Amino acid sequence: MSYQNPRYRIMGDRALILELGDEISPEVNRRVRELVLTLEENPLEGLVEIVPTYRSLLIIYDPLKIGLAALQHRIEEFQKKIEGIPIPEPKTVDIPVVYGGEYGPDLEWVSQYHKISREEIIRLHSGSTYQVYMIGFTPGFPYMGELPQRLATPRRETPRTVIPAGSVAIAQRQTGIYPVESPGGWQIIGRTPLKLFDSTQSPPTLLEMGDRVRFSPIEDEEFEHWPR
Amino acid sequence: MLAPGLLSTIQDRGRFGYGRYGVPPSGAIDPFSLRVANLLVDNPEDEACLEITLLGLKVRALTDAAIAVTGADLQPFLNDEPLEMWRSHVLKKGDILSFKGVKSGCRSYLAIGGGISLPVVMGSKSTNISSKFGGLEGRPLRGGDILHSEAPRFHLLAEGRRFPQGWVPPYGKEWRLKVIFGPQDDQFTERGKETFIGSAYQVSPQTDRTGIRLAGAVIERRPEVGESIISEGVISGTIQVPGDGQPIIILVETVTGGYRKIATVITADLPLLGQLRPGDTVRFKQVSLDEASQALGEMEERIKRFKEGLSLS
Repeated sequence: MSYQNPRYRIMGDRALILELGDEISPEVNRRVRELVLTLEENPLEGLVEIVPTYRSLLIIYDPLKIGLAALQHRIEEFQKKIEGIPIPEPKTVDIPVVYGGEYGPDLEWVSQYHKISREEIIRLHSGSTYQVYMIGFTPGFPYMGELPQRLATPRRETPRTVIPAGSVAIAQRQTGIYPVESPGGWQIIGRTPLKLFDSTQSPPTLLEMGDRVRFSPIEDEEFEHWPR
Repeated sequence: MLAPGLLSTIQDRGRFGYGRYGVPPSGAIDPFSLRVANLLVDNPEDEACLEITLLGLKVRALTDAAIAVTGADLQPFLNDEPLEMWRSHVLKKGDILSFKGVKSGCRSYLAIGGGISLPVVMGSKSTNISSKFGGLEGRPLRGGDILHSEAPRFHLLAEGRRFPQGWVPPYGKEWRLKVIFGPQDDQFTERGKETFIGSAYQVSPQTDRTGIRLAGAVIERRPEVGESIISEGVISGTIQVPGDGQPIIILVETVTGGYRKIATVITADLPLLGQLRPGDTVRFKQVSLDEASQALGEMEERIKRFKEGLSLS
C-alpha cells in the first residue's frame, strides 16, 4: 500500500529514510519520483544528496548545517507543494538485445524451468514496457518491473563471479541490465550493445529512475556490428 | 612508484550527488586523517591523497616536495630513518619513502604538497576500483606509476608543521563505536538489540572498502519479518544484519542494499572505521542525536583550531 504521509526512519546523524509505501508498485514509485523532483525544485541548505529507490528516498544531509528537526519540517513544507509542481513525463528508451546463446547463458534454463519455448520467452520479455524503479547495486544498474508473471524466475542458486557488461537479466518479477562487469545472481537471458554507464558523460547513465524501457530483439550479427 | 604495497589507491573526500545513478561515494575511509594530511602540506583539505593499506608502499621523489603521513602507523621511513607521522617533511629529489608494515591501525594517508594532478570524474578524484574509473585509470597503483603535483615548490614552506599528538585518535586492537539505532531497529527483537549492544564482535578477514564483516553473537530479528527488505539507499557506517545474524558495517563503495540495518555509526566515529583491522574487537555504544552532534562538533573544532593556528604562523 501507499502511505498517506511519509514515514521517517533515522539513519545515523546524517541521513534520513522517507518511506512512501510498503510495496514495489508503479504507484508508490511514482510518488517517490514526485517528491525527488519537488525537493530538487526547492534547494535546501545542508542537503548533500537524495537517493531514490523503489518506495523510499534516502536523504543525506550535513549535520553541521541543518538539524534533523529542521530538515523534517522543511520536507513537510515541500510535501504540501507537491500538488502544484508539474512533473515531467518520463522518457522511453528502446534497448536492443541479442537473446540466448553465449550472450544469454541462462535462457535455456529459464525455458526448461517454465516449460516455455525460448521464442516465447523472448516474445514475453520484449513485449512489455518496463518502469525503471531505481538505479543501484552498481553504477547504472536499472531495477525494472514488472516482468510478466509467466516469466517470474528465482535467482541463480550460485551467483556468478563475473557477468559481462551489457548482460540483460531477470529475477522474480524484475528485469535488469549489468552496466559494468560485476558479480551477480540474476538469470542472464541476453546482452545489449548499448553502454549503460559512462563515467565521462553527464548524466553518467543511460537510464534514470522513472524512465520507461522496451527491449527489441536483434540478431548476433547486428550485435557484433553495433557502432560502439 | 617503486612498489605499490598491498593496496594503494588515490582517494579524496569522495563523490557526492551521484547515488541516484548507482555511483557510490568512494573516497578516504578515514576522512579525518586525509584532511589533516592535506592541511599539513598546505593543500585544500579535500585534495586527493594516497590511501595505503597495511604495508609495502615505496616511492621515490622525482622533485623536491612537501609530504605528510597520517592515519595508521605503517612504520614510514625516509631513506633509512623512521619518519615522524602527523607532521610535514620535505622530500628531496631522489629520496625514498617506504612503509615497513603495520604497527597500529589499518590505513595510512600520504599527502603531497600541490596535491595529485588527475582528472576529476563526477566531482572527485577518488578511485572506484570495481567500476574502473576515477583515480589513476580507475585502478590500484602499480610499480612504475608516476604521480604529478601542481607546483609542489609552493608548498615547501609547510615543512615542520605538526598536528597536536593529543588530537590524534588512539588506534588499539579494541574499538568502541558510537551508534544511533535505526533505520530498521524496530524489526529486531529486544534481545537482538541487547545482544548487539552487549557483545564484542571480531573483525573478519573478509573486510574491504565495501564493508567490515563482523563475527560474534547472532542478532535476532523479529520472527515475523523476512531476511531482506525492499532495497533502499545506504550510507557508510550503517550496520546491516543479513540472514545469518552477523553484522556488517557498510563502507564507502556501497550505494543501495536490501538487508535490515539495526544501527548506524555516528559521523564523528567514521574515521575509526578506516582503521579497523581483521582480528580487532568491536563493541557498540548507543548514543543520542545530541551526543552525536557534540562528538562531531569536537572533531570539527580540532580541525578548525589547527587551521587557525596555521594561518597565524
